Amino acid sequence: MTRDEITAGLAEILEEVAGVNPDDVAEGKSFTDDLDVDSLSMVEVVVAAEEKFGVKIPDNEVQNLKTVGDAVSYIEAQS
Amino acid sequence: MSRPDVVVTGLGATTPLGGDVASTWDGMLAGRSGVGALTQEWAAQLPVRIAAELAVDPSEVLDRVKLRRLDRSEAIAIIAAKQAWADAGLADAGPDPERLAVSVGSGIGGATTLLAQDDILEASGPRRVSPHTIPMLMPNGPAAWVGLELGAKAGVHTVASACATGAEAIALGLDIIRAGRADVVVAGGTEAVIHPLPIAGFSSMRAMSTRNDEPERASRPWDSGRDGFVLGEGAGLVILERADHAAARGARVYARLAGAGITSDAYDIVQPHAEGEGAIRAIARAVADADVARTDIVHVNAHATSTPVGDMLEIGALRQAVGDHPVLTATKSMTGHLLGAAGALESIATILAIRDGVIPPTINLDDPDEGLTLDVAAHKARHMEIPAALNNAFGFGGHNVALVFTRP
Repeated sequence: MTRDEITAGLAEILEEVAGVNPDDVAEGKSFTDDLDVDSLSMVEVVVAAEEKFGVKIPDNEVQNLKTVGDAVSYIEAQS
Repeated sequence: MSRPDVVVTGLGATTPLGGDVASTWDGMLAGRSGVGALTQEWAAQLPVRIAAELAVDPSEVLDRVKLRRLDRSEAIAIIAAKQAWADAGLADAGPDPERLAVSVGSGIGGATTLLAQDDILEASGPRRVSPHTIPMLMPNGPAAWVGLELGAKAGVHTVASACATGAEAIALGLDIIRAGRADVVVAGGTEAVIHPLPIAGFSSMRAMSTRNDEPERASRPWDSGRDGFVLGEGAGLVILERADHAAARGARVYARLAGAGITSDAYDIVQPHAEGEGAIRAIARAVADADVARTDIVHVNAHATSTPVGDMLEIGALRQAVGDHPVLTATKSMTGHLLGAAGALESIATILAIRDGVIPPTINLDDPDEGLTLDVAAHKARHMEIPAALNNAFGFGGHNVALVFTRP
């Protein structure tokens, strides 16, 4: 899966869970500061991403995933 | 210390008869039933397959993402609160947040969230349980959300007294203003538990009507053919305001909340006291608290849920505590029983009856019980001057609440 494909998959999840406009989702965007994803919604995003991409994202990793790009890299490395 | 007057300056509701107060009131005056057949697949196995569902689903009002984190009872409380807020003219210039309180409860709480998340837990494991589960099912959720939406910082309170909740929440609002802890209180009740488990529970108590073939005729307070209540869902909220605060901002005043009476039976967990002793005391206290003549209370919006025992006990209580003169109605004949929202929605009907000089009808009263010895506005709305009116609400647990509203 390419980085663009992972980004597009995350954009779908972010739209479903937090109402984020898919056009706003890009690797440089911060989940909390730019996309307004709160902590409870971030939990939902993580669980949905695990299912969608067939990866495990432990809770102690989630705090390191500040931007969409961080999440893409983590998922890319795991899959 | 002189006691401040408390008035009602805003109303909000979403009910089986309409998505707002105006459509609900029109439906009531027209004698329309909001009860229908439950068409969901799960209903087929139940002994009770009728209910009064919301006329306007919250998904038509609130956006999808917001609804993901709200129990249905929370969503409709927010909808009703925003209506009441705008109706009171507070949307553009609200009160000092530190003088704004909330008093909102429900009878059962976020039961549908609890059950839905338990289904997920069983099917998919704990990691799939929504992180929004707790704020969705906690009993204070609706009050907290209303406080959050309106910026209330003088305290957010949750009353839980089963089917008396909505009325008791309004009574608490009165106390808060009288005690000087707030100038404005958003008060009322919300309930949304049309789900097989609560229906099965109530029907195991033999409390619900099983008139499945005639949904619109199933809720029939005081009729000799009544066989239990019909479950409804909805929310009703009022804006209570210290009278001089309302006057200072030139607010439109619907009515005065003149008095309240709260008692408990200490008799049985679900059966009302056999002589209605607690109900009589609640009504008498409300009348005394309101400092109005009993003869001024010419109308009562009764609790009357269409159960065999409760309906008649209330008649006896009213005759003792108010007299033989008031004209009664039971709007549950049209809306079904909104449990924790009932006392709030029926307070709204009482307030509008005073404002418009018209009592909404009790439908389905085709063959009155021989114990019905008071006058009821049966079948058709009745026009009359109403200087003061009473609303009753009683709940499992032995809760009795009576509210007296008067013309401003």
